[in-house]
Amino acid sequence: MHEWALAESILSTVLEAAEKEKLKTIAEIKIGIGELQQIEQDIFEFALNEIIKSHGKKLKNVKISIETEESTLKCKICEHTWKFSDMKKKLNEDESEAIHFIPEVAFVHTRCPKCGSPDFEITTGRGVSIISIKGKR
Amino acid sequence: MEARVSVIEKRLKSIKRIISVASGKGGVGKSLVASTLALNLVEKGHKVGLLDLDLYGPSSHIILGVKDVFPEEEKGIIPPKIHGIKFMSIVYFTEDKPSAFRGIDITNIIIELLAITQWGALDYLIIDMPPGIGDETLDVIRFIKKSEFLVVTTPSKVVMGAVSKLLKILKELKIPVIGVLENMKMTESPIIEDSIIEMNLPFIGSIFFDENLEDAIGDGDLLLKTKFMEELDNNLKKTNL
Repeated sequence: MHEWALAESILSTVLEAAEKEKLKTIAEIKIGIGELQQIEQDIFEFALNEIIKSHGKKLKNVKISIETEESTLKCKICEHTWKFSDMKKKLNEDESEAIHFIPEVAFVHTRCPKCGSPDFEITTGRGVSIISIKGKR
Repeated sequence: MEARVSVIEKRLKSIKRIISVASGKGGVGKSLVASTLALNLVEKGHKVGLLDLDLYGPSSHIILGVKDVFPEEEKGIIPPKIHGIKFMSIVYFTEDKPSAFRGIDITNIIIELLAITQWGALDYLIIDMPPGIGDETLDVIRFIKKSEFLVVTTPSKVVMGAVSKLLKILKELKIPVIGVLENMKMTESPIIEDSIIEMNLPFIGSIFFDENLEDAIGDGDLLLKTKFMEELDNNLKKTNL
């Protein structure tokens, strides 16, 4: 359950930001999940809720919303752009799992579908991110 | 907003000392020193982890003979134990295929590895660094505040040219340097020792070129019996490791 570590890092960042902004309570956290990382959303949400239970009053009534971000890639050589969903079916289970743990190994296991280059970039939808935090001072 | 960095300190909290084995140049034996140092410390009864951060050219797994293992998933990933060393490397995820990464990707991989790896309690975490003062070195300095450096060189003026740049930047940033180890020494020459002393940094000592070492690569038990290991062990007695 590697999603647990990511959930923990999200909440740790939120609490750190709340401390910095002097928020007494956190009302809402908007989280982005990049398609490339292939997060199991059920497990991720379960982990978030379990960790929240142990974090006392600051996160007690927090509303969590999760947005999935489409993963797009762009070749630095031929400028072709494509979606991870288009190439996912070509990956075997081990390659797909490796990208789940470390999204950048997409550069190792896949190539630009047009020119075959490994020199491309992840333009959107890499992994987990915090879109916004709302709270009261 | 970057969501992974704040948890790194927590992941490294139960590690007493973090030693980055680094050099300004490649091919000086960093991975060998890092791997054998880890083996040596395990032999002495310590709890040890080894993180190979050479993302383009990882080699610690070749030195230790790591095959057919994968981290266990438990609230993150738990590195498998190789000869008693908790070993983490990008090779688990690349299947040892060529890995072409740009700087931003290197940083992202390092953050991800540090954020999801559950090392648990360790006496030592050894980091096998890639050569130079690029992204990996800067990221270790940025994210692993308690890291100390053990710098490896060879008796070559060309290598020392690059190594002295690494040493100067570590000194400027007030990063603890355990010392400099001269590897693959062929003749009795004080050139390296003198230049380290001139920089007012600790010179640990030398390891002579061991022509039988290659036969032990890939076998932890054989590595422990090499002349290289004997000399490394003698040198370590001059440090606080």
